[in-house]
Amino acid sequence: MADSALEQLKRDGRIVVVGASLAGLRAAETLREKGFAGRLTMIGDEPYEPYDRPPLSKQVLLGHADAAHTVLPRRRDIGAEWKLGVAAAGLDMAGRRVRLADGEEVPYDRLLIATGVRARPWPNQAEAELDGVFVLRTRDDGAGLARRLAAGPRRVLVIGAGFTGSEIASACRERGLDVTVAERGDAPLVGALGGVIGRVAADLQRENGVDLRTGVMVTGLEGDSAGRFRAAHLSDGSTVEADVAVVSLGAVRNTDWLAGSGLGAGPRGIACDAGCRAFDIRGIVTDDIFVAGDVARSPHPLFGYQFLSLEHWGNAVSQAETAAHNMVSESTDRRPHMWVPAFWSTQFGINVKSVGVPSLGTEILVTQGSLAERRFAAVYGYQGRVIGAVTFDNARWLEFYERQIEITAPFPPPYDTVDRRPEGRHPVPADFPDPSVPTHGPTITLSGYSPADRRMEFTPAGH
Amino acid sequence: MLRLVVDLNRCQGYAQCAFLAPDVFAMHGEEGLLYDPQAQAAQRERVVQAAAACPVQAILIDGPDLAAGDAVGAGAAVDG
Repeated sequence: MADSALEQLKRDGRIVVVGASLAGLRAAETLREKGFAGRLTMIGDEPYEPYDRPPLSKQVLLGHADAAHTVLPRRRDIGAEWKLGVAAAGLDMAGRRVRLADGEEVPYDRLLIATGVRARPWPNQAEAELDGVFVLRTRDDGAGLARRLAAGPRRVLVIGAGFTGSEIASACRERGLDVTVAERGDAPLVGALGGVIGRVAADLQRENGVDLRTGVMVTGLEGDSAGRFRAAHLSDGSTVEADVAVVSLGAVRNTDWLAGSGLGAGPRGIACDAGCRAFDIRGIVTDDIFVAGDVARSPHPLFGYQFLSLEHWGNAVSQAETAAHNMVSESTDRRPHMWVPAFWSTQFGINVKSVGVPSLGTEILVTQGSLAERRFAAVYGYQGRVIGAVTFDNARWLEFYERQIEITAPFPPPYDTVDRRPEGRHPVPADFPDPSVPTHGPTITLSGYSPADRRMEFTPAGH
Repeated sequence: MLRLVVDLNRCQGYAQCAFLAPDVFAMHGEEGLLYDPQAQAAQRERVVQAAAACPVQAILIDGPDLAAGDAVGAGAAVDG
């Protein structure tokens, strides 16, 4: 029987996964499911086995779950060698080795990079180090912030009203804590969902007792003589006195360790093809380095092959499974990553969910429910097609709109809905901020070509 | 101890889990779900029932064939 290179790889090859979080774990499980019997090494900079991050800004801050109890369940035994608490520090593409921060070198036949993102730090380092100033990304961040909230601070300042910042503010209010939210944009969530939905989010915050300040920037954080945070100065000249500040200014992609390696990695992530294979800096696709999760930028067939970076839980799972499948498959058996973007958030008692890419939308139409009731489905349109949808406490509609996006259904939708709403049936501008102004808001970053082809046909794969 | 995670993209708030294992799953608002990602061993049977009963199969719990030795303790990196 012929012993192909692939069969050899599956029998006793070496696969290294850099990044021991959700994507890394799901990829490792998939590799074993696909019959990879060789040596599997998991490298992670945090000293913990893979854990789930979404609870950190929800259950954990509410005191319903311990930050240390968020370890992810395993689908199966993965029989890996774990190198935890040591970051990858370099990559030798020609020699097929990952260099670790402690100097060790780990050789591979196939490499998966799933190093994700980290919280964007407060730009002034001395201010960032004040006691009481937090970011929220890791299990340690979550444990520290939960402990501080439980101690009953006078006031919490949240800097940035994206999803994480809004969820933190919501948890504070639910715990009865006074909270001020400072947002540079005109409304919370405006980068991800636009101004129409952002105004609903702003009303929600204010009705729930949040001191929401929009159109302002925090210009400085001030500490007392003991190095404890005590006040923040805002660009409108005002001062907010608080014991805790949470910096929620979005994320930075963990690609620094690849500088100079020759891989196509940068601040926007690592570019890869639809099969999750990484590009090198020459724009040539590699065949032994794969990417998955928040750190990847991949072309999406449904959105005109634009390169999308998705900081979404579901994307990490789906892309990891696809990457792992492709790592141990012959070229013709590989499959593209075609997951339709989707995310959720819970804030102020409302379940917010979305599919597609709302931030591509130029118009929005409320199709079920009404904004005033805080219970609705709204559809985003781009060049005459449905490109995204969002629901507030109306999640059961999302599957329908996901299908509408997949079949590039026309916008505005030609069908009538059962409930006639006060907003009427006319699309209005979705009111996204100027994309040239940096914002922490969107969890989807668009780059590359514009989706101009409205006639594209899309048939989801059977996975 | 039983580790679990809910795919909240899939979850549609049917609340079957909150009915079957109320100490682990709780509705939060009209359709949001909060859960304890690490349930007590005494809850195992209820959580398994909840996972089986979920109409959209959004609940993932530790696989039944998981060898205890594969779990890595905090900080205890195994070097092979």
